[in-house]
Amino acid sequence: MTQLAARGVVKAYGPTPALRGVTLDVAEGEIVAVTGPSGCGKSTLLHCLAGILRPDAGQVTWRGERIDTWSEAARSKLRRTEFGVLFQFGQLVAELTAAENVALPLLLAGTGRREARAAALGWLERLDVADVADVRPGRMSGGQQQRCALARALVTEPRVLFADEPTGALDTLTGEQVLTHLVRLARQQHTSVVLVTHEPRIAAYADREVMLRDGVVDTTGLGLERPFAGERR
Amino acid sequence: MSTTHVLLGLLAAGNRHGYDLKRAHDTRLPRARPLAFGQVYATLGRLARDGLVVATGQERESGPDRTAYALTGRGREELDAWLAAVEPPAPYVTSTLFAKVVVALLVADVDTARAYLVAQARAHTDRLRELTAIKTAPTATLDDVVAADYAIVHLDADLRWLRTTLDRVADWHREVHP
Ligand SMILES: Nc1ncnc2c1ncn2[C@@H]1O[C@H](COP(=O)(O)OP(=O)(O)O)[C@@H](O)[C@H]1O
Ligand SMILES: [Mg+2]
Repeated sequence: MTQLAARGVVKAYGPTPALRGVTLDVAEGEIVAVTGPSGCGKSTLLHCLAGILRPDAGQVTWRGERIDTWSEAARSKLRRTEFGVLFQFGQLVAELTAAENVALPLLLAGTGRREARAAALGWLERLDVADVADVRPGRMSGGQQQRCALARALVTEPRVLFADEPTGALDTLTGEQVLTHLVRLARQQHTSVVLVTHEPRIAAYADREVMLRDGVVDTTGLGLERPFAGERR
Repeated sequence: MSTTHVLLGLLAAGNRHGYDLKRAHDTRLPRARPLAFGQVYATLGRLARDGLVVATGQERESGPDRTAYALTGRGREELDAWLAAVEPPAPYVTSTLFAKVVVALLVADVDTARAYLVAQARAHTDRLRELTAIKTAPTATLDDVVAADYAIVHLDADLRWLRTTLDRVADWHREVHP
C-alpha cells in the first residue's frame, strides 16, 4: 500500500528550478533510494516529502491525505510523530549527551523523563553505542555520532525514515556499518525509508532506485524503476 | 589469478589432499570461479615435479586422488617471493566493456551507444544488488563479505564510468564522426 507519494511536485528557489514535476510512490515498509548527480533535486524532494518544504505546485500525500496544504504546525506535528530524519552530519545538540539527544524527541512528545531515558538507552544499545550514552557529541567519533543520530531518528518508531546522504561524511567501513544498522532496523520495524544518495553502492541496499536528473525522474532506463528481483525481505 | 600460489598458500597451513584443497579454495575465495578437480590435480602434479610440494603418502583404502601433499622448503620460498612482489597496476585498459562502447560509437549512432550503456548499467546494478544482498545476509562470513566488497567496489567504479560516459556520448560521437 502506498504510504507516501509525490504527484507532479514542482519547487524552485527564486529563479532556480529544483524540481520540475516529480511523481514518486513509497509503499509501506519499502526502502527507496533517490539517486542522481549533485544538484538534481534529491534533497529538495526529500524535504518536500517530509513536509519540511512546501511545493510550489503538485501534491504530497500521506496515507492518501494531502499534507502539502496543511499548516506548518500540522506538518510539524506529523514530522514529530510519524517521520524520522537523518542528515549527513551535525544533527546532535552539542550540549547534550548521546542519551539526552536520543531521548529529546520523546520528551518533546510528552513522554516522562525516566521512560524516555530508558527508551534512548535501548536504542543506543541496538546501535552498538551504549558505551557513549553519557558522552557529548564533541567527544564521539563520526560513526558514533551518526549512530546516535540514527537512534534519535528511530526512537519515536516512525513510519517513514528520511535519510539524506546518511553515510556521506563517513569513511567506507563506518558508513557501511551505519547503513547496515539503518536497513536492518527499518526492516524489523517495517519502516519505509527514503534514502538519498549519489552512490550506486549505497543505493544497492534499497528495494528500488529512482534517479533524478535536472529535477525530473530519469526515464532513460538508468533510473531502474523496476523493483529488485532478489529476495530482500 | 595465480591458482598455483593460492594452492601453495593453502598447503602452508597444513598438509591436505586434492579434494580438501578444492574445498578450502572455494570457501576462502567465495566469489572466485570454483576450481575444477582436474585443475587441482594437474597443478599439484606440476608442483610436485618442480619440487615445490611433495606427496606424503596415501590413506589406506583410497585411490591416488587421496594423496596428501606438503609444502617443501622451496615451495615456501616461492610462496614468500610471490607474496612480497607488489602487483603492478594494470598498464592498459583492457576491459571489454570499454572496447564495446568505443566500437559502438564507431559503427552505430548515439542512441545505439546510449542504449548499450544503459543496458550494461542495468546489468551492473542488478549484480551490485545481488552482491549487497549476499554480503548483508545474516549468514555471511567474513570470507563472503571481503570477496563481495572486492566485486562491489569494482562494479561501483564501472557504474560511475558508465553514467559519466552516458553524459559524454553525444560530444564523443561528434568528435569521432566530425
Ligand atoms: N536553499 C537554496 N537556495 C537556493 N538554491 C537552492 C537551495 N537549495 C538547493 N538549491 C538549488 O536547487 C537545486 C537542487 O538542489 P538539491 O535539492 O540540494 O539537489 P541535490 O540534493 O540533488 O544535490 C540545485 O540547483 C541547488 O543549487
Ligand atoms: Mg543533497
